[in-house]
Amino acid sequence: MSDITVGNRDSIDTGPPGGGGGGGGGLRSALGVLARQREVTVLAVTIVLLLYFGLKYPTTFVSNVNAVDLLSENAAPIMIIAIGEVFLLICGEIDLSVGFIYTLSPFIMYFLITYYHFPAFLAIIAALLMGAIAGWVNGFLTVTLGLPSFITTLGTGFVLNGIVLTTSHAYPVEIPAKAETLGRFIGTDPYSQIIWAVILVAIFHIVLTQTRWGLHTIATGGNLLGARESGINVGRIKYGNFMITGVMGALVGLQVAFYNNTVDPSAGGYNPMFLAVTAAVIGGTAMLGGQGTILGAFLGAIVISTISDGFNIAGINANPQPIIYGGAILIAMIANVRLARLRAQGSGV
Amino acid sequence: MTTGPAPAPAADGDALRVEHISKRFGAVTALTDINLRLGKGEVLALLGDNGAGKSTLLKILCGFQPPDSGRILVNGEEVVLKSVDHARTLGIDAVYQDLALINQLSVYHNMYLNREKIRWPLLNNRPMRQEARQHLKAMGVNIPSVDVQVARLSGGQRQAIAVARSVYSDAKILLLDEPLAAMGVKEAAIILDLVRDLKEQGEVSVIIIAHNYGQVLEVCDRVNLLQQGQITFDKKSSETSVVELTNLVVAEYRAALEARHRSA
Repeated sequence: MSDITVGNRDSIDTGPPGGGGGGGGGLRSALGVLARQREVTVLAVTIVLLLYFGLKYPTTFVSNVNAVDLLSENAAPIMIIAIGEVFLLICGEIDLSVGFIYTLSPFIMYFLITYYHFPAFLAIIAALLMGAIAGWVNGFLTVTLGLPSFITTLGTGFVLNGIVLTTSHAYPVEIPAKAETLGRFIGTDPYSQIIWAVILVAIFHIVLTQTRWGLHTIATGGNLLGARESGINVGRIKYGNFMITGVMGALVGLQVAFYNNTVDPSAGGYNPMFLAVTAAVIGGTAMLGGQGTILGAFLGAIVISTISDGFNIAGINANPQPIIYGGAILIAMIANVRLARLRAQGSGV
Repeated sequence: MTTGPAPAPAADGDALRVEHISKRFGAVTALTDINLRLGKGEVLALLGDNGAGKSTLLKILCGFQPPDSGRILVNGEEVVLKSVDHARTLGIDAVYQDLALINQLSVYHNMYLNREKIRWPLLNNRPMRQEARQHLKAMGVNIPSVDVQVARLSGGQRQAIAVARSVYSDAKILLLDEPLAAMGVKEAAIILDLVRDLKEQGEVSVIIIAHNYGQVLEVCDRVNLLQQGQITFDKKSSETSVVELTNLVVAEYRAALEARHRSA
């Protein structure tokens, strides 16, 4: 019987990684530890930012109104879209069109109620279904026709935007009265958006870390050929993650429309999508696939929102904000690369 | 090239038989009329130069791609392999040259990739972790922990994990694609020991694809040589030698060289 240790190269600490965390199951994996280290860093940044603005502006920043602004109006849409983008980025894809699914979704609801007399509940389901279909189309173009998702979703984004502008004649409309009751739960009530976001973040964090779907998403982005050779249906994973992202975009579109009590053809677009990708990257999601966390993106969204909200309260011009976002993305990416290099050195590879 | 040996007479207890398999990719003929048999518990070395068609044959046998013609028999019964998963249900499993390991996942998640233990809807990590640890220990593979990412392991450890994954998924026919490629002496020894152990247990039949004759000859029962899409040589390993195999390949190389000179 061979009993040779090939460990001559690795001077790795052999203690069970993550043993100190006491987290359940897969969280104890090395991946979990690295991810959590990253989440801890982002959490620290979040706390520092909240403390800074909280202590500096104790009456305006620390208020019910501002909590709603920061969490529900700013952070929640970014968080929910980021859930989809994290899954896509991990499996090696991206969706640039999700912001236009966001724009179209409340119009679908509006048209179905106003012109086709759908019950509000069915119209809302149909709007979410549209998100899933748009995601399926992105999956079809990317997976089945083999085009890069960066290009396909750029194209579908334009198409969706065109559909919105054509059908709405570029005019905003009011939320149909029939939908107002349901709308309260979806986005009108001040805290509804952030409650949805927290619930969805919790669910999809578990999906990513504790289910086959999550494991296969990581495998697909980490080693596409290897995942395929292992018998994983990588196409199905990608289709599924495009569809999850589409539904998330559609949900956010409805929420924002209800919150503002208007269906606006200029809502959505590229900005919420890019903010979601920014949140994902700040939270430790790698653009090259195989790595990322939902909790990190959740915290990343709070960081982004706190910066923009804090600047507003401080009366600072909004113009320099993109500089801060840009800086945050760059710092996050540099940290990602450094971390990977450090890890590689640790294993002697 | 002469035509390969005719299909060997049907022998009882063949784990795998391949009859008249051919495969073309457009204008390129990768395999012409391949006949091959693998006895139960036997270790067969499939040798050949780069481009001889070894990997194409492996991908057909593991269900990754279908042959153009010919048939495959598993335990005497003809099968049409529809997919990698389907081949696996028949007990055929391949360890690819690239190992198909996911660097970002832990050792035990890799060992159970796509056959995870589930407590619906969640992964059941505890038994996967425990059993992965036991299997690796039983195979004499030492790694720091089954929780560590495979990215942090050496080449030999990674290969051992890939082999262990197949063996413990109840594979009865194991296809190893260049298991010793780019591997140090010590690391290669682990893999050869693993194969030797499998042979002693006698429950798994193994095809090793390789082009390092010396190392493979030590552990295999029989050698087949694949040249330009055909099996041109089939002998027991006790009846052949590294010198004979090398001479065969050198002869092929010389012939190719002369052909080139003539056409030039």
